[in-house]
Amino acid sequence: MGVSFVRVYKANCNKLFLDNMVNENLVKDVVKEPYKYGFVTDIETEKIEKGLNEDIIKLISQKKEEPRFLLDFRLKAFKKWQKMKEPDWAALGYKKIDYQDIIYYSAPKQKEKISSLDEVDPKLLETFDKLGIPLTEQKKLTNVAVDAVFDSVSIATTFREELAKHGVIFCSISEAVKNHADLIEKYLGTVVPASDNYFAALNSAVFSDGSFVYIPKGVTCPMDLSSYFRINSGDTGQFERTLIIAEESSSVSYLEGCTAPMFDTNTLHAAVVELIALDDASIKYSTVQNWYAGDEEGVGGIFNFVTKRGKCLGKRSKISWSQVETGSAITWKYPSCLLLGEESVGEFYSVALTNNLQQADTGTKMIHIGPKTKSTIVSKGISAGNSKNSYRGLVKMGTKATGSRNYSQCDSMLIGDQASANTFPYIKSQQPNSEIEHEASTCRISEDQLFYLQSRGIEFEEAVSMMVSGFCRDVFNQLPMEFAAEADKLLALKLEGSVG
Amino acid sequence: MQSKMKESDPILEVENLSASTDNLPILKGVSLTVYPGEIHAIMGRNGCGKSTFSKIIAGHPSYTITNGEIKFLGENINSLEPEERSQSGIFLGFQYPIEIPGVSNLEFLRVSTNARRKFLNKEELDTFDFEELVKEKLEIVKMDQAFLSRSVNQGFSGGEKKRNEILQMALLEPKIAILDETDSGLDIDALRIVASGIKRISNAQTGIILITHYQRLLDEIKPNYVHVMSDGQIIKTGESDLALELEKKGYEWTDNFIKET
Repeated sequence: MGVSFVRVYKANCNKLFLDNMVNENLVKDVVKEPYKYGFVTDIETEKIEKGLNEDIIKLISQKKEEPRFLLDFRLKAFKKWQKMKEPDWAALGYKKIDYQDIIYYSAPKQKEKISSLDEVDPKLLETFDKLGIPLTEQKKLTNVAVDAVFDSVSIATTFREELAKHGVIFCSISEAVKNHADLIEKYLGTVVPASDNYFAALNSAVFSDGSFVYIPKGVTCPMDLSSYFRINSGDTGQFERTLIIAEESSSVSYLEGCTAPMFDTNTLHAAVVELIALDDASIKYSTVQNWYAGDEEGVGGIFNFVTKRGKCLGKRSKISWSQVETGSAITWKYPSCLLLGEESVGEFYSVALTNNLQQADTGTKMIHIGPKTKSTIVSKGISAGNSKNSYRGLVKMGTKATGSRNYSQCDSMLIGDQASANTFPYIKSQQPNSEIEHEASTCRISEDQLFYLQSRGIEFEEAVSMMVSGFCRDVFNQLPMEFAAEADKLLALKLEGSVG
Repeated sequence: MQSKMKESDPILEVENLSASTDNLPILKGVSLTVYPGEIHAIMGRNGCGKSTFSKIIAGHPSYTITNGEIKFLGENINSLEPEERSQSGIFLGFQYPIEIPGVSNLEFLRVSTNARRKFLNKEELDTFDFEELVKEKLEIVKMDQAFLSRSVNQGFSGGEKKRNEILQMALLEPKIAILDETDSGLDIDALRIVASGIKRISNAQTGIILITHYQRLLDEIKPNYVHVMSDGQIIKTGESDLALELEKKGYEWTDNFIKET
């Protein structure tokens, strides 16, 4: 009965549109802004030996003083992972990852128990300061609570007391394991089971830290919550785990930012994010991902293999993903929604920008299970340089999803003649009484558009950046205010010198 | 009157300009000088090089200047970028204004106006002050404020696009405006609005080059000189009555000039 089809759009532009138009000198003159966050913090770390086996997993669990159920969870995941094969279906090409050549736990050395921020190593505070995420009491961001994760561990979480007044729990997942073991045991792995995929299994086995959020019934979280992930060590993988639970009629907006230093080796990042929304709850999850992308020749950069999934468990619950993906050498990421509750809503708004030799295979899955569920997908892919940018999305209407609706819009923009964009929309419907709508377009910044803007006194680079922002506007409108401005700037920065 | 004008320095001097695209010669030695307060009309068949001429003055990167020079306010501008030309006071009104999806017209106009203001050492305007200014200018072209919140030229009718061009001219206050078939695709009312707008913006210090096929624009804006272009050259220059004669006799009549020269 099921209808299934795949459409593939391959857009290749043959005509060099920039070769004859760009004044060579202009482009050469444009000083390429180096990756701003490429510095390394010189700090003593506690690392375990390279490699992955049961003993390593036991060691991680032991270091974190975990309860038995979690060690079992890890070991089970590891067993599954050993039997799994690394997926190769994505439109990505990269050198095989040697999983035995990675350090699975690295933590900055500091005092055993930290009772206040004053005891955090100033070097760490300085690091986050430099990243624009001040943590100290005097300087911390006024309206956002931040959980700062450095390599494998959470360094600090701000505004905890303020949040506690509302019953909101916001802490590192390691702490949650200690203090809220019941919630962890109840929900961990229920949205992304360990056996879900290769990278999720790996994460389940070795995850070291991440953020935990619990919003109690009826509470609207009084401020945005934010995690900032920083990879510092070159040979350490980062495997963070985030779990957000929104009880009935609660709501929360969560932001995630990521950066890493520049190394000429590739660093693996395999995170798992699980969201759970109960009746009438809403979770908005926004990401600005700016991992180091490697240099112009494609040397170095983060391999970003992430499983993000939200479960709209309750009636009228809502999960909204918005992401701006600008970094990483490789991005493999499909933030998805399982729409179980009647009239639940899933949203995915994405801007993915690739430049130089970056590769991104990203999109979403909207699985409509309950009746009258609704999903919206707006994806904007921008490819510049020699990069490869693919949208891959699945919309599935289950047998019980009567009266459900999906709308998808996938737009690609090509800059230059060497970049490529693909759209792979998979649509599976087992429910005739549901609607799926898909629109796709590919455009190129045309010479005429650029000339028009330039002939009105607007500099070449600004003209490109104006058009790119315009292209992304539908998505930027979905981002929290301070993120939207940031995202705009980030895109302009990433594109500098790319046109030519 | 004529001689008085010539006492001041020319705004634009095009000297023996030749240009090509993809090694195909388009302009073959065009010379033209515009003094402050002058209005020039360039007429000629489709494909004679009129539009190319205007694009080259504005700095379109698809064309290569193979000979001659363009002087603006006494300076050679052959190698200036289009944005530098605009900032310094050269305006090209497009025959087919370009649509830019997603970019709001208001923001576009503001960034553009500020680029020019910066060049003139005038204070750049924030959104609030700019809105005041643009409201004033909208009146010149009888445009509704709703145009400002739409994407640049997107979904505009032909007439709306042309009025948006004149609005830009009003905001940028150029020293010289080259208007490429600004009258094409306009109904009579829109033509009057556009023509009166051009007249209001121009003054004794500015120069205008009108590229047109039709007398009706020239009825509204009387040119000092009319140039006939053919095969990349100006083959005849006269005063405003030349346009009338051309309308009567058609371009075939001008073919004789080529034979003569």
